[in-house]
Amino acid sequence: MQEGKISKRRRMYEALMKAAMWISVACTCALVAFLILYVLVKGLPHISWSFLSGKPSYLSGNIGILPDILNTVYIVLAALLVVLPLGVGAAIYLTEYAGNKQVVGVIEYAAETLSGIPSIIYGLVGMLFFCQFLNMKTSLLAGALTLVIMNLPTVMRTTQESLKTVPWSYREGAFGLGAGKWRMIRTVVLPGCVDGVITGCILSVGRILGESAALLFTAGFAHALHGIVNGLSSSGATLTVALYVYAKEQGEFEVAFAIAAILMVLTLVINLSAVWVGRVFEKRRRI
Amino acid sequence: MKNKKIFENVVHGVFLILGLITVGCVLLITVYLFAAGIPAIREIGLFPFLFGKTWESTSADPSYGILPFILTSIYGTAGAMILGVPIGFLTAVYLSKLAPKRVKAAVGAAVSLLAGIPSVVYGLVGMLVLVPGIRKLFHLADGASLLAAIIVLAVMVLPSIIKVSITALDAVPEEYEYASLALGATPIETYFKVSVPAAKSGIAAAVVLGIGRAIGEAMAVMMVSGNVANMPGLFESVRFLTTAVASEMSYSSGLQRQALFSIALVLFLFIMLINGVLNLLLKGKKEA
Repeated sequence: MQEGKISKRRRMYEALMKAAMWISVACTCALVAFLILYVLVKGLPHISWSFLSGKPSYLSGNIGILPDILNTVYIVLAALLVVLPLGVGAAIYLTEYAGNKQVVGVIEYAAETLSGIPSIIYGLVGMLFFCQFLNMKTSLLAGALTLVIMNLPTVMRTTQESLKTVPWSYREGAFGLGAGKWRMIRTVVLPGCVDGVITGCILSVGRILGESAALLFTAGFAHALHGIVNGLSSSGATLTVALYVYAKEQGEFEVAFAIAAILMVLTLVINLSAVWVGRVFEKRRRI
Repeated sequence: MKNKKIFENVVHGVFLILGLITVGCVLLITVYLFAAGIPAIREIGLFPFLFGKTWESTSADPSYGILPFILTSIYGTAGAMILGVPIGFLTAVYLSKLAPKRVKAAVGAAVSLLAGIPSVVYGLVGMLVLVPGIRKLFHLADGASLLAAIIVLAVMVLPSIIKVSITALDAVPEEYEYASLALGATPIETYFKVSVPAAKSGIAAAVVLGIGRAIGEAMAVMMVSGNVANMPGLFESVRFLTTAVASEMSYSSGLQRQALFSIALVLFLFIMLINGVLNLLLKGKKEA
């Protein structure tokens, strides 16, 4: 009945817009599906145990990515170890201590600025500051510290979000029972921001895994096998950097696709775990 | 009692320092980029540097003009926006207003995945699918071109555009839509003529965020754009501001190296400009 009253032009508009939306959504979905399938189909067949557990050797022409995997693990651990206290501390300052609105404004503006800066610029400044000025040379540690600056806003924001959900009455209750400010933070606020910290961790790990431009000049692209202590002080490629080097400089596309498939699976896992963590804490909060 | 007060003050101070670290980082980056970028611009001259059309950093008589890089970055970003914004915007409207809950969750997860895929993977797929495809389709000698970079960038900015637009569209008060429906507008008309205008500053912020992403992307673009310092053309092998820095840094020295820092400074200024616009848009939304 309603249909009959609408003019032809309006019906045309309706149909056109609907079609445009359908096409856009189909494009987006097709793109995601194609990317996942293409990378997995091209990459998974080349993954074998010797590929995962070996190291590259020019003598035997063997290519293994164990050093790159270890480098990635080292850099993730080192970066998280530094960025967590810094980010959580900054978030606590902003929500619990800062009385001055201007200070809060400046810090938040700085965080927004940091999250907008492209990774290649982080790479350059990291190279100038950590590698040259602090004399760390091209090393995983320099790379990790560069990534710390990059991920600081992420950890800060997720922690801040979760701190906002801790009810003020809890804090007042702690004060009322005679707790000092630090004790209140330690016993009431910190446990309340666990979910934000975990989410921040997951997002940071995802970002570190995917990062390449910032690491190229700070962490370098060596493939040597090291323990964690030696590893941090020497140059090394993470998985993404290794992918770039194999694809662009050496033309080893099979290796590149195998690494891409691994990265794709890791990205999937990280995304799913972020969703899962969110859901678990949501449920817990409701109880 | 006094000890406790001192202790609390110390804790306060520690947190203050932690809070100010972000500010310190921004200052550090700014200071370093200016300190490293200014000398070469001084030596080359601001005008020849920004508007010189040839970049021959390794020749005997080197010339350092970065106009090709600037234009390539602008054209590349604009092209990515022309492709990416309509698709992203329409997808966002569908997901926010029309999609059933399950579809919204599923497509939303797919979009998040798209955001999480490392840029080198985009570069790799672009290198092996897009570049040969463009070469065959347009009968070129080499498919690594501005067009390939534009397509890769358009895909890479999709998630930012979709996600931020959805947030903006979701925040439109339902009353607006009910009012429009009650006046006889169809749902589709309501979404595009009431909801979208109401969310326009958020959607604009999404576009600006996408521009920032596109102009700052280095690795994926490096793998598909051919990396030759030509003036931009759709089928020309080109070099962006980001890739100009990345491609020569490892073997550069002297004035060439300093000029690379100057390019980074120009890129940084572009980004700060974009950030400023983004902040204005977001602030405008908060006040409204």
